[in-house]
Amino acid sequence: MGIGFSLLLIMALLLAVFFGAGVLGWHLLFGVVIPYAAATIFLFGIIYRVVKWGRAPIPFRIPTTCGQQKSLPWIKPSRIDNPSSAAGVIGRLALEVLLFRSLFRNTKAELRDGPRLAYHWEKWLWLGGLLFHWSFLTIFLRHLRFFTEPVPSFVSFIEGVDGFLRVGVQALYITDILILVAVTYLFWRRVVIPQVRYISLPADYFPLFLILSLAFSGVLMRYFFRVDVSAVKELTMGLVTFHPRIPEGIGVIFYIHLFFVSVLFVYFPYSKMMHLAGIFLSPTRNLANNSRACRHINPWNYPVKVHTYEEYEEEFRGKMREAGIPLEKECG
Amino acid sequence: MAFVPKPDELARIGHKPPRTGWMDTPVDFRRGTWCYAAKPKNLQALELPNPREWSPERADWKLPANWQEIILEGLRERLQRFRSLQIFMDICVRCGACADKCHYFIGSGDPKNMPVLRAELLRSVYRKNFTTAGKILGKMVGARDLSEDVLKEWFYYFFQCSECRRCSVFCPYGIDTAEITMIARELLNLVGCNIDWVAAPVANCFRTGNHLGLQPHAIKDMIEFAVEDIEKITGVKVEPTFNRKGAEILFVTPSGDLFADPGTYTLMGYLMLFHELGLDYTWSTYASDGGNFGLFTSHEMMKRLNAKIYAEARRLGVKWILGGECGHMWRVINQYMDTLNGPADFLEEPVSPITGTRFEHARTTKMVHITEFTADLIEQNKLNLAPERNEHCRVTFHDSCNPSRSMGLLEEPRYILKKVCRHFYEMPENTIREQTFCCGSGGGLNADENMEMRLRGGLPRANAVRYVHEKHGVNTLACICAIDRAALPPLMDYWVPGVEVSGVHELVGNALVMKGEKKRTSDLRGRPLPDPHTAFGGAIEE
Amino acid sequence: MYNARSILSGLGVFLVLITFPFWYNVGKSAAAPEPKLDTPAIQQLSRKQCVGSTPYMRANHMQLLEEWRTLAVREGKRVYEAADGKKYEISLEKTCLKCHGNKAQFCDQCHNSLSVKPDCWNCHVAPEGR
Repeated sequence: MGIGFSLLLIMALLLAVFFGAGVLGWHLLFGVVIPYAAATIFLFGIIYRVVKWGRAPIPFRIPTTCGQQKSLPWIKPSRIDNPSSAAGVIGRLALEVLLFRSLFRNTKAELRDGPRLAYHWEKWLWLGGLLFHWSFLTIFLRHLRFFTEPVPSFVSFIEGVDGFLRVGVQALYITDILILVAVTYLFWRRVVIPQVRYISLPADYFPLFLILSLAFSGVLMRYFFRVDVSAVKELTMGLVTFHPRIPEGIGVIFYIHLFFVSVLFVYFPYSKMMHLAGIFLSPTRNLANNSRACRHINPWNYPVKVHTYEEYEEEFRGKMREAGIPLEKECG
Repeated sequence: MAFVPKPDELARIGHKPPRTGWMDTPVDFRRGTWCYAAKPKNLQALELPNPREWSPERADWKLPANWQEIILEGLRERLQRFRSLQIFMDICVRCGACADKCHYFIGSGDPKNMPVLRAELLRSVYRKNFTTAGKILGKMVGARDLSEDVLKEWFYYFFQCSECRRCSVFCPYGIDTAEITMIARELLNLVGCNIDWVAAPVANCFRTGNHLGLQPHAIKDMIEFAVEDIEKITGVKVEPTFNRKGAEILFVTPSGDLFADPGTYTLMGYLMLFHELGLDYTWSTYASDGGNFGLFTSHEMMKRLNAKIYAEARRLGVKWILGGECGHMWRVINQYMDTLNGPADFLEEPVSPITGTRFEHARTTKMVHITEFTADLIEQNKLNLAPERNEHCRVTFHDSCNPSRSMGLLEEPRYILKKVCRHFYEMPENTIREQTFCCGSGGGLNADENMEMRLRGGLPRANAVRYVHEKHGVNTLACICAIDRAALPPLMDYWVPGVEVSGVHELVGNALVMKGEKKRTSDLRGRPLPDPHTAFGGAIEE
Repeated sequence: MYNARSILSGLGVFLVLITFPFWYNVGKSAAAPEPKLDTPAIQQLSRKQCVGSTPYMRANHMQLLEEWRTLAVREGKRVYEAADGKKYEISLEKTCLKCHGNKAQFCDQCHNSLSVKPDCWNCHVAPEGR
């Protein structure tokens, strides 16, 4: 169900832009209005979501400790996996965000006859995820050549490294290949692994298809259906300098590509894509395991009904006296 | 006890999900896989809402008329109170990395035991009621109404999670199912849906200070039994004190250690160690349990049960607190106690009176784990140990979930074990330390009527034990948790007969050479010590 | 808001980075590049027509050059027949650069603007800027 529905949705989006920009020629709508609206929703949506998270406190210090604690001086603590300091937390988050540290631990459990459980090496999800995210980032940064004038050297550098391979005389971006492969893999495993298929929602397939369409339209435009990139840059520079203009002669494939980006931007803040920001705010990863050394305050800590010692002694005084256990009040 | 199939039958586990989608597969309350409902008297004793006689098996759960309103209001409140909850509701991408990390999923094959689906049970209701996308798009984004069937699912599966946090180790965003389960259980408690195996201990603990409901004289009696046994075995008479003001240290341990084998042997170990050190410490009959089933009920209940520890430390005027071998107790102490019931500014930074070591890492909470304390003693050569007295024990160590994943107490117990035993073998690395598997009975699920699910959940742990049992002849499963000491023996008998369960301080007690002791002929369990001349490794008794 | 300092600074860093194109280009005219066609060679042409139409050349000149390279270097063919039937010698230097001798005002205009570094001049001799 999820796959079909998501595919239909993508097809509908594709038809809409093809008809709108290609046939009807609504270039202003698809080239200026929708991208501006999408960027606005993206920015304010993310701010809204993060601020909303921020308004809830972290009542307790609940890091998941994945290594030796800092205790006795002669026992070597695991500074990253069980951080006791801010530096350790930064290291832990950096490893998590940049290298997907936790996902790297992944194994696959298998039950054999006996019963005998085996845990297999399983790093494909980690690898697929890592390649996808890094490719996406690289491609995102490469696109800055359309949004900056002059193009900063770091963008040219990334392009140069990413594009050192050639097809004919043309640079072939490795990340273009990788992102298509990685997203296809992420989709494939969602379908093929029975448990993952079982948990998958339309909301899981849709972003995969969206990103796949986005990447695919980009690849088509770059390697097959060429557009006048000079005109494209005129349009994109118009957007970022707030002097929007629609140059003539840009192929519809460009508007398709731009529309998919816009949809992704709109979809972002209202979906699971917010893991981009959420990972930084995850209390099991961004807190130091030092709650025995530094007091953590819960802002809504409230007094509760407890059973006091006095009440306890009141109930058991006779038995305590008989057993020779010291009392606060000898008689009563 | 519910009927339990034979191991080879139980081990036939299909991990393929059913044909029907998870939203369309209602829960089946099959005997042996769930715990009885909380009895009204236990909820009443705690002044918890909606106490009543009911059973999960029956169609009518006798819920209050406005139960949906109560739960949704409760959820709204908790979303405002816990950033963790909001984040964990919002950012899961359903990558499935957690799926086969849960011992209940491995052992049962039930897809709703995959941590991701367990969380989706709550998330689906959250989306429907608290997110725009969920309100508009419904099922497409995994949103659904809170129906009675959903509530039943919650009850079944949130009392089928032992809050072990193993999934959160593997989650790329650190989504912690324990946190979700804790909050889901809070919500269930709002409409009086708890299990009695949690509610009864909590009610006991609130009144008597310990989960078993041991009254002060009984506590003293039980410890005195242990004193007699120690005298029989070692010839040394240890002299514990109770509720003694002015002692330097308050010792708090789970009450399970007082009550039944093999926990009682660990108790003997503590008593012998403290006596040998001449430690100025006291037991308390009021703060007579460090364990805290409040953790399995609600954050508020955790605070209500935990309060007695600091209160008693203050009343007795001790300098600091020493804590015994217990799993979830140490999650509460390490991650919650100071925040809930601190500041403990009336106590002093813990310093070992024997070695002078300052336990700086416990400087505000002022509570030290006994394996931290003992490891320091051994490292400073303060104990005279005869590890050959554990010659008959081929030992492996089961990391309890909470000390490993909510604290990081990994090396301390291992260091001690390697000093008091001569044969120590680790289980495979995917099953120990931060990747350790639950005993299958944590989180308050140690009920007899839940035996099938406990054995299923314990399968991954038992399987790793079997590996070292077969490879190295391991016959002793050491642990630092009272629930383990209650839950692992039946688990071992079922899956790996021939492996005994032992506390770390039981093995310390065996090896500890006490001043003035007689020649020992048996270990703390009364098993004859191996003949020094024929024993493996040719150990010589002193 | 709780942990406001960390959250707001994190959010701030994100916003600064993500809006980079908006503030980086502030105050810059960012006029579209205008490749110059006023070389003497072009001005002498009676019919100002390249080997392909202008829109085609703007979008696909590189594909054409690549095709030419294959024809000339690998297949030894030296004649290209354009869509209008006119024949051209396949040669960058003798055909293309004969008209577009103004590399700086023609080629580099767009290539620099779009950070494109074509490999042409690794082998071919770049025309003297005029």
